[in-house]
Amino acid sequence: MEYAPQLYSTALRMTRNAADAEDLVQETMMRGYRSFDTFAEGTNLRAWLYRILTNAFINRYRSKQRRPMETDLADVEDLYLYKRVSTMENAAGSLSAEDQFLDLFTDEEVKRSVEGLPDAFKLPVILADVEGFAYKEIAEMLDIPVGTVMSRLHRGRKAMQKELYEYAEARGLVDTLGDFD
Amino acid sequence: MADCKETLNELEPYIDGELSADAMEHIHTHLDGCVDCQQAFEFHLELKAAIRRKVNNDELPNGLLMRLESCFNEDFDGDGNVGVPSDR
Repeated sequence: MEYAPQLYSTALRMTRNAADAEDLVQETMMRGYRSFDTFAEGTNLRAWLYRILTNAFINRYRSKQRRPMETDLADVEDLYLYKRVSTMENAAGSLSAEDQFLDLFTDEEVKRSVEGLPDAFKLPVILADVEGFAYKEIAEMLDIPVGTVMSRLHRGRKAMQKELYEYAEARGLVDTLGDFD
Repeated sequence: MADCKETLNELEPYIDGELSADAMEHIHTHLDGCVDCQQAFEFHLELKAAIRRKVNNDELPNGLLMRLESCFNEDFDGDGNVGVPSDR
């Protein structure tokens, strides 16, 4: 039960809808309860519950996360946000600004940047960045190879960074720190 | 010593805590002598922490808590009631 709030938070990112997220958490808890005898004592209960949650989500929404289309996500250059922020910092003459820069984003904006990703990328990003699971755990939960977890994380994170940067631009935050090309 | 390109290739496994002790040491040796890479690594560590902080804070709806209590027939939040209180 102590994991219910985290599971709910993740379910909300997955489904982007409070009613669906509640159903998904309830389903997860019930399935976990019913199959508790398959849980190996001494292993990670949280990871086990997250595996049930991701499977429930994938089955319920027939998510095509296992085989994403290449076109699902535009390719974004490496270190997308960092390159732009460090240019701003130099322009603003302050190198300690990155902390404050990240705080300029509202919780809502960061949540939206995660939720907007296609499922194939969103799930690895949530499981690694928000829930802090290891690559191997994520690979098991999503039933994909570790190398695939890494490449989807890489692409998903870049796309998220681009989205965040666009929010900053739209709110005029970029100009306040120094303009650049 | 590893060059910047090699070091930046390991950035994500590094911030995700997926590198071996040996590989970590290689990275640290490079970072000690390279301010540019050091800044890039710090930025991404901060970014990961910020995402975690800003995304993982939804409150469990009271209705869901009560539904779960009804399903399991247990008073999870210790308010003396299982599920929806009948006298309210």
